Amino acid sequence: MIRAHDLTKSYGAFTAVDAISFEVAEGEIFAFLGPNGAGKTTTVKMLTTLLKPSSGLVEIDGLDPAAQQNEVRKRFGIVFQDSSTDDELTAYENMDFHGVLYKVPKKIRSTRIESLLKLFELWERRDDPVKRFSGGMRRRLEIARGFLHTPKILFLDEPTLGLDPQTRNQLWKHVQKLNQEERVTVFLTTHYMEEAERVAHRIAIIDHGRIVAQGQPAELKTLTGTDSLEKAFLALTGASIRDEESGPSVHMRNMAKMFGRR
Amino acid sequence: MNAIYILWLRQMKRYIRSRTRIVASLAQPLLFLFALGFGFGPVFEKAGHGNYIQFIAPGVIGMTVLFNSMFSGIELIWDRQFGFLKETLVAPVSRISIMIGRTLGGATTALVQGLIVMSVCFIAGFRVQNISLLPMAILFMALMATTFTALGTGIASLLHDFQGFQLVMNLLVMPAFFLSGGLFPLADAPKALQMIASVDPLSYGVDGLRAALIGVAHFGVTTDLVVLSAFTTVFLSIGGYLFSKIQL
Repeated sequence: MIRAHDLTKSYGAFTAVDAISFEVAEGEIFAFLGPNGAGKTTTVKMLTTLLKPSSGLVEIDGLDPAAQQNEVRKRFGIVFQDSSTDDELTAYENMDFHGVLYKVPKKIRSTRIESLLKLFELWERRDDPVKRFSGGMRRRLEIARGFLHTPKILFLDEPTLGLDPQTRNQLWKHVQKLNQEERVTVFLTTHYMEEAERVAHRIAIIDHGRIVAQGQPAELKTLTGTDSLEKAFLALTGASIRDEESGPSVHMRNMAKMFGRR
Repeated sequence: MNAIYILWLRQMKRYIRSRTRIVASLAQPLLFLFALGFGFGPVFEKAGHGNYIQFIAPGVIGMTVLFNSMFSGIELIWDRQFGFLKETLVAPVSRISIMIGRTLGGATTALVQGLIVMSVCFIAGFRVQNISLLPMAILFMALMATTFTALGTGIASLLHDFQGFQLVMNLLVMPAFFLSGGLFPLADAPKALQMIASVDPLSYGVDGLRAALIGVAHFGVTTDLVVLSAFTTVFLSIGGYLFSKIQL
């Protein structure tokens, strides 16, 4: 369903993603695990038509994201690292807006919005503006929205960042349910080891833009001779703390701020 | 087509729900209308130019349209900051229809604000010379609204945070208003000022409004229409181009 071969993205001399290759099968939950600034978000952007790779090959459901942008976009849903709802609109309006943009026919749209909002326990609050929602509710809404146009793939970029354990637990239950019922392929990035271990069928560990290992959680533990995925992760990526600023996006953001101030 | 409509509808919903913004954005033009209109009125009349309220009302209406449409365009920065822009840019919809939907939405809100201020002008004693030319006044307002929303969108496409917003307001929007001939007759102004006014789109918008509402024009109504339409086309193209270049 997803195929990347020698995928590379560099900004000048800095290589954010360095010749990575992997495949994700249909119906699989695939986790991209890595420290901050490892290149997770850059990879997601290249897979989702938002960023052109410097070199290498990407295939989404057999299509090239760069050449068949709109066809590829219809096939996936995405939940971004940070919020992307309109706070002034209600939960229902946010869903409906998405449905129209993705050309979901009106009849299907309303029934599907209802069932998704019910599944994610937001139906009672459907007419409340999103600005009155808690962080967890917003996240649920965004994931529900990502499923609205019945995508073949759902990309989740650190979807549980900053959520409490209860909310995280419930979120993954829903995602797993939809993964099984609708056979949606899920590509997620996270740096919570236990989450990857719990929900993912297969994991790739990425560090400094390179995939250092990939396989089933058990395989990774055997590979490193460790008894937990966390230990395997540290064995593969080292124990030093990562400076958040090493990421190219953060660097560019700072540059933009610097110029913006003048 | 549906995408353009839903983007327009979103702007409308946001507009109707932001009552504080509606009231706040009416305060400034009304202050100009009352303070300048009644304050300078007697002087203007003694100088032999007639009723100042009659003269300044089209300027104040133009100002309302300018401020609101620029603001609507610049609102793009908010959408970028709060993440909603990503939701639209990753959808299987062309960038140009997103830009058109946004611009139409922003322009409509600016037009509505302009019409509200026009009604207040009537209450303040402003009188239209020929009521049948009202549709032409609305056409000029719509053109101004589209021009400045597109300009605001183009500028906001280049800005990444709120820092630049104040700069745009002070260096672009305020001069565009004060140098447009909205507050004083251009005919008696120094040559340098006339030159500046002649490259300001708002000058033609306000002049067109005067032609339609009070039957007085500096450039002439045909020139106003042609030049303003040209500005609309140019700014829509530039805005559309810059919007299409946005990287997330």
